[in-house]
Amino acid sequence: MEQEKDLKGYWKKNLQYVGVLLSIWFTVSYGFGILLAPWFNNFKMGGFKLGFWFAQQGSIYVFVILIFVYVYLMNRLDKQFGVSEEDA
Amino acid sequence: MDVQVWTYILVGITFAIYIGIAIWSKAGSTSEFYVAEGAVKPLTNGMATAADWMSAASFLSMAGLISFMGYDGAVYLMGWTGGYVLLALLLAPYLRKFGKFTVPDFIGDRYYSNLARTIAVICALIVSFTYVAGQMRGVGLVFSKFLEVDIFWGVIIGMAIVFFYAVLGGMKGITYTQVAQYCVLIFAFMVPAFFISMQLTGSPIPQIGFGSVASDGSGMYLLDKLDQLHTELGFAEYTSGTKSIQDVFFITVALMVGTAGLPHVIVRFFTVPKVKDARISVGYALVFIAILYTTAPAIAVFARTNLIETVSEKPYSEMPEWFNTWEETALLNWVDKNEDGIINYAPGAAIVGSPEIVRSNGEIQRGQHNEVMISNEATISQNELYVDRDIMVLANPEIAGLPAWVAALVAAGGLAAALSTAAGLLLVISTSVSHDLIKKQFNKDLSDKAELRYARIAAALAVVVAGYFGINPPGFVAQVVAIAFGLAAASFFPAIILGIFYKKMNKEGALAGMVAGLLFTLSYIVFFKIAFPEYNTPEYWWFGISPEGIGTLGMILNLIVALLVGAIFPEPPGEVQEMVEGIRYPR
Repeated sequence: MEQEKDLKGYWKKNLQYVGVLLSIWFTVSYGFGILLAPWFNNFKMGGFKLGFWFAQQGSIYVFVILIFVYVYLMNRLDKQFGVSEEDA
Repeated sequence: MDVQVWTYILVGITFAIYIGIAIWSKAGSTSEFYVAEGAVKPLTNGMATAADWMSAASFLSMAGLISFMGYDGAVYLMGWTGGYVLLALLLAPYLRKFGKFTVPDFIGDRYYSNLARTIAVICALIVSFTYVAGQMRGVGLVFSKFLEVDIFWGVIIGMAIVFFYAVLGGMKGITYTQVAQYCVLIFAFMVPAFFISMQLTGSPIPQIGFGSVASDGSGMYLLDKLDQLHTELGFAEYTSGTKSIQDVFFITVALMVGTAGLPHVIVRFFTVPKVKDARISVGYALVFIAILYTTAPAIAVFARTNLIETVSEKPYSEMPEWFNTWEETALLNWVDKNEDGIINYAPGAAIVGSPEIVRSNGEIQRGQHNEVMISNEATISQNELYVDRDIMVLANPEIAGLPAWVAALVAAGGLAAALSTAAGLLLVISTSVSHDLIKKQFNKDLSDKAELRYARIAAALAVVVAGYFGINPPGFVAQVVAIAFGLAAASFFPAIILGIFYKKMNKEGALAGMVAGLLFTLSYIVFFKIAFPEYNTPEYWWFGISPEGIGTLGMILNLIVALLVGAIFPEPPGEVQEMVEGIRYPR
């Protein structure tokens, strides 16, 4: 029973992480890069209009970061809940 | 030494490496053949995935496409990278824990239904065949452009190489050749980019260069200069684009979700030892992919600027030598509509169709200004220049005046990109046939050895079929990429996501969803792309969504139908629910 409860907690936490990270994923690419791009284009970063930069550069960098953050969070979570493959 | 000699040398060396790896990594069991025994290191797998994913289109065509689309090119940049976030967070770790060989395996077991498995196999085969034909074509093109070999023989040579390492080594051979191919293709892509970025902006890093001040003494930012050139010539601003926001949105979703649903990408995450490795290897893969994908928009801007500055409003007689070289290949042609001897570059097509060179007795005929004559009917637009998008990457080194070995490197890189993707797809085809069809449907007691033999035969046959389509491409080959992504988005993705995250989803719901999504997407694409291309304009599209973006709607339809139909029928059996529970935890 104890084990059962633990796993539920693990899954819930995982879904939370996924939810938060995917919101960032959506906001940066579809928000900044597409829907709000015309507005962001009023601002400049060096020679880049900001909306254009998010669409062609920034969102890709954010994608990479998101995956590594998720990997870090999940490795920690695996250890916390004792489901890590290392302890097998 | 000239470009051709350099190309022979570089292509020869890289091919020798691929064959060497194939001999070293011969597969002895189905587990080695299908998933390299599940023993690939995450970093290696990341690199192999990147090569697997980046096709001839990514390498040869994407930067050129973007350079003609401007801002709108973002649909490819975001669409073909954002899917990896979905893979890492929603798919790869769970499919690794599931621990079988193929995507149809998962669909079949999760939905306890052979019918579901069969539908998945059919989707996997359609997606992979449409894709692989394009790769073979890419191989043929590189051979014919750089080595002056006939496309037919180019494809045959490409087939022979892939045949060798895919049939012999299976996933194991493919994985290690893909690592080598990644190194070749990324080096080939980056070297010209460094040089050109340095020339145009003084910054060696292209990602920074294209947002820097142009080094022509004007003191303007390069992008502002390009926007200005565009406006002067009557084009829309480069940084704004012309597609509607909703269409950009839908295409991007379809490409992202499609990427995450492509069987040849997913299967790569079956090859690592642990769940943990599956997560991190998606991360590595995206890093390796991002190097090329963040450079491509910079190349697009450099190439666009160089092209406009070199040709626009200049007399034909002052054109550099490369202009004539590409004229003779019918990829860059000029028709002097107002007969002033000056090249006018403006929006709109210059001619009807693609250039047909006028020849008599095999000799190319030349016009008044010594330009290569073409027989196409001229359009009424001001534009006098036909530019094939693919030459933006191929001709870039020459346009920038770089040494011959750089141009040869691009040829070797293009071949690496095409061959690595083709091999990954052929493996999906061969496992679909030998494992999902022969073993699971017809002969459940097949021995491992016999199954391996079938896998090799299937791979060999697939190479031949792919080669045939490479030599005789069906007229709609360029159109079918939309189908591949649309199908993957509308069929696999929702079924797999529901399978993992919704324990109570039953086979009736999943099947109904897949069929609905598939039929809807397929009919929309076939209607606009093949049956009635004359209606393929925004005013006829539903909600302004182009066929490229319709997979998104197909995916939503799939989800809705699956949930509705699923609610009517009973829950899946207990052991299936337990299995779903099991794949959620690494241990």
